[in-house]
Amino acid sequence: MNSDVRTHGIDLGSVRAPGERLRLEQEETCLEVRDFNLYYGATQALKDISLRIPRRRVTAFIGPSGCGKSTLLRCFNRMNDLIDSVRIEGELLLHGENVYEKGVDVSALRQRVGMVFQKPNPFPKSIYENVAYGLRLQGINKRRELDERVEWALRGAALWDEVSDRLHDSAFGLSGGQQQRLVIARAIAVEPEVLLLDEPASALDPISTLKIEELIYNLKSEYTIVIVTHNMQQAARVSDYTAFMYMGELVEYGDTDTLFTRPQMKRTEDYITGRYG
Amino acid sequence: MDKLNLDTHISQQFNEELEEIRNHVMTMGGLVEQQVADALDALVNGDSALGQRVVRDDDKVNRLEVAIDEECNRILARRQPAASDLRLVIAIIKTITDLERIGDEAEKIARLAMRLAEMERPANSYVELDNLGNRVRGMLHAALDAFARLDAEAAVAVAGEDERIDREYESIVRQGITFMMEDPRSIRRILDMMWAARALERIGDHAKNVCEYVVYLVHGTDVRHVSMEEMQREIRRGD
Repeated sequence: MNSDVRTHGIDLGSVRAPGERLRLEQEETCLEVRDFNLYYGATQALKDISLRIPRRRVTAFIGPSGCGKSTLLRCFNRMNDLIDSVRIEGELLLHGENVYEKGVDVSALRQRVGMVFQKPNPFPKSIYENVAYGLRLQGINKRRELDERVEWALRGAALWDEVSDRLHDSAFGLSGGQQQRLVIARAIAVEPEVLLLDEPASALDPISTLKIEELIYNLKSEYTIVIVTHNMQQAARVSDYTAFMYMGELVEYGDTDTLFTRPQMKRTEDYITGRYG
Repeated sequence: MDKLNLDTHISQQFNEELEEIRNHVMTMGGLVEQQVADALDALVNGDSALGQRVVRDDDKVNRLEVAIDEECNRILARRQPAASDLRLVIAIIKTITDLERIGDEAEKIARLAMRLAEMERPANSYVELDNLGNRVRGMLHAALDAFARLDAEAAVAVAGEDERIDREYESIVRQGITFMMEDPRSIRRILDMMWAARALERIGDHAKNVCEYVVYLVHGTDVRHVSMEEMQREIRRGD
């Protein structure tokens, strides 16, 4: 017998056991929606939605246009308050406290729950002032503290290296992808707990999109992220949990691996495989 | 050594996932190599206990196949890999099937070893099986090396080994037939020995398949069912 032929290394410990995955039951809840209904005038846009959004994970809402995913997202920081005809029923809890309770300070809520929209909307100011804006509103005016926080936020948004030598140039000089990361930097500068992203990459080219996705992945160690996207593949790439909505209802909600490999509901399967149900 | 730049995606996590499944394939490869080595030891030394262990450990190989398959599924569903990334995932799915079959052949050899251990030992203590087995082990190891290094040239060279293994197997068969004619009482034992040789020869075939997947992965050309000469031409064209 000779043993001059060696074998390759065997490290069984690094391999996930078959069937091992994230489990919603084991997550700490950040946001909870309970028996939630929303009406625009006579039209019901959200029907009896209940779900729990785990802390420091990325949760994606997917579904066809008009399914209610953006409407639901906007409820988390009460953006729908701006629309007169909106009426809501049910509860929406942030760490156990109903954000629709009377007496809730909405601007304080929006500091805890930041939002980034589809089209980058930098203010007509310098890069620096865009990020410093929310901090100044909080009463932070010391130069050194502002400098530190601006740099920290720009680094967090993976933009610092690209703009550090032109902080005082207009934000409009940035590319679309850079503007979107600037807006994300502005949102995280005030250190929110939750980041709501409404189609954050739909106006961007594929490479900028991947950069935003990478940013989202890195931000989840600090923030709870909820993202609405038309792009199912994007949801598959970035999210830990995915909710599929259809005509105002929550059809299926679960860990992204399972939802994209063996969805439980036929309607989900039809949607993610591009079939018409 | 990474010619395919598998670690240069914008998504760091995707890089890690690809790195991870490659590592897991190598883990499975290492385990399968160990199984073949132990099965061969059990056979040559008449070690039933070792044979028993190989039979038991085949389950580990099977579980790895299922786990890696699942990872590949997840990557296909979530990352929609393209080009070399896609070829990597496809090559892995195929490779682990062959590795699992090698595991099955090792188990078969181990069972034969346990049976042969009960019978009379030949004077040469199965030196021809030992030689064939070591050649097969060397080929398997080199095939996995080529996979780890994404080295298509090495893969083609290793695939060429299979012909020599086939010839060696043929000569064991001829020898076995002679023994059986000389002494019909030995037929049962010689048949078992030939089954073991057959299993080793099959392992060579599976190792060759792995080599073909490496060529597909690196150059994107399918070199299954073509001659060695064509295979060499294909990889030269790719350069």
